[in-house]
Amino acid sequence: MSVLVLMEPGDASRQTLTLARKFGEPLHAMHMNAIDPFSPDALATVLQRAADKLQASAVLAAGTERGNEVMARLAARTGLPFAANCVAVEPVQPVTVTRLRWGGSLLENAILHSGRPLISVAPHTVQIEPGPEPTDVDVKPLIAGLDERDLVVSVSGHVAPSHGGVSLSTAKVIVSGGRGVGSKEGFAIIEELAGLLGAAVGCSRAVTSAGWRPHTDQVGQTGTKVAPDVYIACGISGATQHMAGLKGAKRILAINSDPQAPMMQNADYTVVGDLKEIVPAISAEIRRARAGRI
Amino acid sequence: MRVLATIKRVPITGGRIVLTEDSRAIDTRHLGFTMSPHEECGVEEAVRLIETNKGDSVVLTLGPPEAVEQLRDAMALGIDRAIHLQTDGQEWDAEATAAAITDAIRADEAANGSFDIIFFGNESADSGGFQVGIWVAYALGRPCVTGLKKVTLEGASVRCEQEVEGGRDVYVVPLPAVLTVKEGLNLPRYPSVPGKMRARSKPVAVTSPARPASRLELINLAVPAGQGRRAESLGIGAAAAPAVVDLLQKTGVL
Ligand SMILES: Cc1cc2nc3c(=O)[nH]c(=O)nc-3n(C[C@H](O)[C@H](O)[C@H](O)COP(=O)(O)OP(=O)(O)OC[C@H]3O[C@@H](n4cnc5c(N)ncnc54)[C@H](O)[C@@H]3O)c2cc1C
Ligand SMILES: Nc1ncnc2c1ncn2[C@@H]1O[C@H](COP(=O)(O)O)[C@@H](O)[C@H]1O
Repeated sequence: MSVLVLMEPGDASRQTLTLARKFGEPLHAMHMNAIDPFSPDALATVLQRAADKLQASAVLAAGTERGNEVMARLAARTGLPFAANCVAVEPVQPVTVTRLRWGGSLLENAILHSGRPLISVAPHTVQIEPGPEPTDVDVKPLIAGLDERDLVVSVSGHVAPSHGGVSLSTAKVIVSGGRGVGSKEGFAIIEELAGLLGAAVGCSRAVTSAGWRPHTDQVGQTGTKVAPDVYIACGISGATQHMAGLKGAKRILAINSDPQAPMMQNADYTVVGDLKEIVPAISAEIRRARAGRI
Repeated sequence: MRVLATIKRVPITGGRIVLTEDSRAIDTRHLGFTMSPHEECGVEEAVRLIETNKGDSVVLTLGPPEAVEQLRDAMALGIDRAIHLQTDGQEWDAEATAAAITDAIRADEAANGSFDIIFFGNESADSGGFQVGIWVAYALGRPCVTGLKKVTLEGASVRCEQEVEGGRDVYVVPLPAVLTVKEGLNLPRYPSVPGKMRARSKPVAVTSPARPASRLELINLAVPAGQGRRAESLGIGAAAAPAVVDLLQKTGVL
């Protein structure tokens, strides 16, 4: 018996190893770049071959876009159930898992009825623990003789990001506007404050649906997940689907005219009132503070 | 050209999720319902493809009788007709959902010819399994590209852009194909009043597939702990600006 892990660079795979060790040893690793350019059906095929050869008792991957995609293909190929974005597992049969729903706003406890559990581990949810390291699977013989059909879906090109500026997913500070901003033009004061702070501009779905900002600015379950030191939420009510994008935010400052808004309950700091007065006042105060410093 | 979009009815949960007494579902008694924004973009793309290329656009859902509301919403955006796989409201796992959808697609294709493109959401809003579209694609033996932000027809192929860290990866696959899409693919139109009127009389084909046992079997749900932070008030109105700047300086942002 052994356990097979599909690895990528980064912490998400270290977290995956931590959960994988619960299923026993030895651990074997196959890497996402085993097939380059990326070809998810081919990877799933090779993963299946490796799992069969090693008689793997479980196969795990990080719950990244690619991790989930390849695991789902492995599931569909083999007819085995796949539990995506797990945060905990109980490996004794019948295997139980705790997994994220609603982008992390809800947890599900479930039984995974399977002789070979296929599991992905939700990024940023598991404490990394040291333990035995996996040995790499020799993939060369497994790649040999791939069916042409396995390579139909392969990356054949790349498009560079279209917009410059501070990237939302890695920004240290984000100034974000919701429906309360009122209009496309209303975002001028949000952009001004973001400019002063070297921050990225974010927004809620109400804003992108109205066409005030592009979807690349949207924070949340179906937008970007962010992890800034400070997130300034202006006129955003704090729906669970918006908060799902804020799990990694260290501090939230909420500016809202409604003190009862869920965002005001979930923030670290609040200012009650009209953002159209408060946001420009903060910008003015920053300018004053900077002028005073010289 | 023939295009199918699949959607799932989910509650609009607002600021706080409340569970039923047995913790096996969300208490939806006071909630409205919708489809995932990802799926709405699939619907919009299907409508646009048929507006340009003519043909047949179809929307499909597996869900309770009330899910006909979401089918009507999709038809109000311009979809021609609907397939409703009716359930009694119980959870279906991804594998069972995919099997029922595959059967329905096979039946429709036997009568009307192959769908050139079948759109799925990249993941459902509620269960987030990241897999139903992929299961269906494997069952039908068609290529599947996931997480798409742009889709362009190129003759008998489709060019697909998938969002990745640092830009977009491009795939070109032959039709017929299964594509899973994300919000941002397009900006869905608002339904027009005539659109809503027309949707009322568009055909909905109803069947009731049997639910197999789940192999990913839900036991219960839980709201994660530690969500409510204790907010510190920095004041009211513009007068709070100095306190905000203090905070930004203290946290090293300024
Ligand atoms: C499956 C699904 C996925 C979703 N994904 C996302 C997502 O990724 N991201 C996302 O954001 N949403 C998402 N949503 C939508 C979400 O449920 C909410 O509808 C949305 O977040 C609301 O946006 P909002 O807070 O800007 O608007 P509202 O809820 O209308 O809130 C506006 C807020 O502004 C305040 N306000 C108004 N005027 C002022 C003023 N002058 N000064 C100060 N405050 C003011 C109000 O008090 C209110 O709190 C999703 C929904 C579903 C069903
Ligand atoms: N009950 C359902 N009815 C119709 N389509 C569904 C259903 N469940 C899932 N899907 C489709 O499959 C996609 C992925 O779902 P999932 O694998 O649950 O994340 C969704 O975005 C829908 O397009």
